[in-house]
Amino acid sequence: MSKSIIRVEALHKSYVNGKNSLHVLKGLTMNIQEGEMVSIMGSSGSGKSTLLNVLGILDNYDAGSYHLDGIPITRMNETKAARYRNQYIGFVFQSFNLISFKNAVENVALPLYYQGVSRKKRNDLALEYLGRMGLREWAHHLPSELSGGQKQRLAIARALISKPKMILADEPTGALDSQTSREVMELLKEVNQTGIAMVIVTHENEIAAQTRRIIRLRDGIIESDEVNADFQTLPNT
Amino acid sequence: MLDYLEEILTTLKQNKLRAIMTGFSVAWGIFMLIILLGSGNGLQNGMEFGLRDIAQNAIQIWPGRTSIEHEGLNKGRRIQFTNEDVELLQRDLQGIKDVTGRLYLWSEVPLTYKNEYSDYTVTCITPAYYRIRLQDLVKGRFINENDLKESRKVLVLSKSIVEQLFGDEDPIGELVKVGGIHFKVIGVSANPTDESAKDAMIPLSTGQRVFNGSHNLSNLALTTSYQTIAENKQVEEEVRSFLARRHRFSDEDQEALNVWNTMESVTQAQGVFNGLRLFIWVVGIMTIIAGIVGVSNIMIILVKERTKELGIRKALGASPWSVVQLVLSESLFITAVAGFMGMLLGMGVLHGASVILRQVYEGNPNIRNIFYNPSADFGVALSAAVVLVAAGLLAGFIPARKAASIKPIEALHDE
Repeated sequence: MSKSIIRVEALHKSYVNGKNSLHVLKGLTMNIQEGEMVSIMGSSGSGKSTLLNVLGILDNYDAGSYHLDGIPITRMNETKAARYRNQYIGFVFQSFNLISFKNAVENVALPLYYQGVSRKKRNDLALEYLGRMGLREWAHHLPSELSGGQKQRLAIARALISKPKMILADEPTGALDSQTSREVMELLKEVNQTGIAMVIVTHENEIAAQTRRIIRLRDGIIESDEVNADFQTLPNT
Repeated sequence: MLDYLEEILTTLKQNKLRAIMTGFSVAWGIFMLIILLGSGNGLQNGMEFGLRDIAQNAIQIWPGRTSIEHEGLNKGRRIQFTNEDVELLQRDLQGIKDVTGRLYLWSEVPLTYKNEYSDYTVTCITPAYYRIRLQDLVKGRFINENDLKESRKVLVLSKSIVEQLFGDEDPIGELVKVGGIHFKVIGVSANPTDESAKDAMIPLSTGQRVFNGSHNLSNLALTTSYQTIAENKQVEEEVRSFLARRHRFSDEDQEALNVWNTMESVTQAQGVFNGLRLFIWVVGIMTIIAGIVGVSNIMIILVKERTKELGIRKALGASPWSVVQLVLSESLFITAVAGFMGMLLGMGVLHGASVILRQVYEGNPNIRNIFYNPSADFGVALSAAVVLVAAGLLAGFIPARKAASIKPIEALHDE
């Protein structure tokens, strides 16, 4: 029996700005199982970024409930939120969000630094992950010396190093050309094959088509949640 | 720890010039503080140097002339101390440790050794004198009780007199003519504050018998058994009224006696120096505050520039506290390194000044009584270090709080 990694029930979230209140998430309910690969689609303003922030414990919600790997995520202090993010979630962003003055190894090792892993151990592990991403020769280069695809692979290595339960990817191919996009998607699929749940927020149908399940948001509610009929597993696995 | 250092160094390396300029203001503040404190110490040491030849709780009394008519006696009468004064003070008053009388022979007495001779002031003393006016013994011995009891014709000379009369010869045991009478040299002394001091000292009893023929004394000197200014003043008053009764002058008469209470002068001077030191600290801290504001300013800009990076760190699991630590340790690092350099530089300048002053003293020894050995000791360095750490933490506090309050979502979307 598979276990749910994300369980969201009747989730509400409003942004209050002075007298105006913007109701962004209007009672979302969804369940993502361990090891699933899901894309969340929606036009801008549909609430998908807000949902991603809530799922990533980067933002609070107003009502409903959110369980991450069975743990209730409620209003918590930042220290605790930081620890959960570090342990359970790997982030991949559209704009990579690498630290510009740190080289590849240091960037990848950063989550382990915040776990208190010793310097030698975390650098060894970072090298190993860089190797898996095919970036071993680039280990001591700065992000600015890497191509877009390399940067995103670096970011994926960083997301993976803390052995998270799931990866939240926010438009992971948004800044990449189509060839590189394909490569990155293949990589994400490979990662997913190792049992890590993958939640990809995107507005591109082409990307969504490569995930097993597609959740469409519109105006803060789930419009559709269906298994992708066209989904193909990787040919070589 | 190493990780911290690396984090700090990488960010500082990105903005070397800025880090140096920021550090400079702190270094300058500490430099000024050290120089000022060292100079304050120099002034105080100078004063203390001038007092090295006298016991801290000494009271010296010179006779004067009465200025008030008292018990039918006219004013303008000269007071004359005698041996009896010393004996009675010792016997009747509490709180006196040593008391002694001194007799100066008529102004200048020719001292003759072989063909060398010169005129000097000869002082007739008792052994207690050495416990009140402090002298260094260079050679031989000082005058002792037996010399006094037997009225021996012995003589202790200052080093500078010995150099003039004897040149390189050993003076101990040699006979020197004092005003035509032979005295045996038993010791060579040196004044700790004044190398050129010229004292020729003989036993009081000998001086009175051979040259004066009476029991007269030129002045009185005593040390009290007390260490506080109040108790010393008390003894001074008791001695004054005791002498007033004995020599029949009014208690109110300020001109009958001239009293120099060492502890009173020392305490007054120390009060001035304490005030000076407080003033220096205030000025120094104000200067450092200017530096702190500079560092704080730069750190705020730095945090603003690093908003995105700090947001990324937080998304990856950095707790607010670790971000605070990052900013605080950076500010601490800048202030500590810069401050330490300022401190070293300040100490170096003080040391250099000491070396130069030592050369100046050779030409002009009196300067030592004004400004001597300007230095910042360990205590000063420690206080400065404490100030530095406090400054660093203070400078980093506001920027660190700002950094800790960065929200990762906002930072991540801050393109």
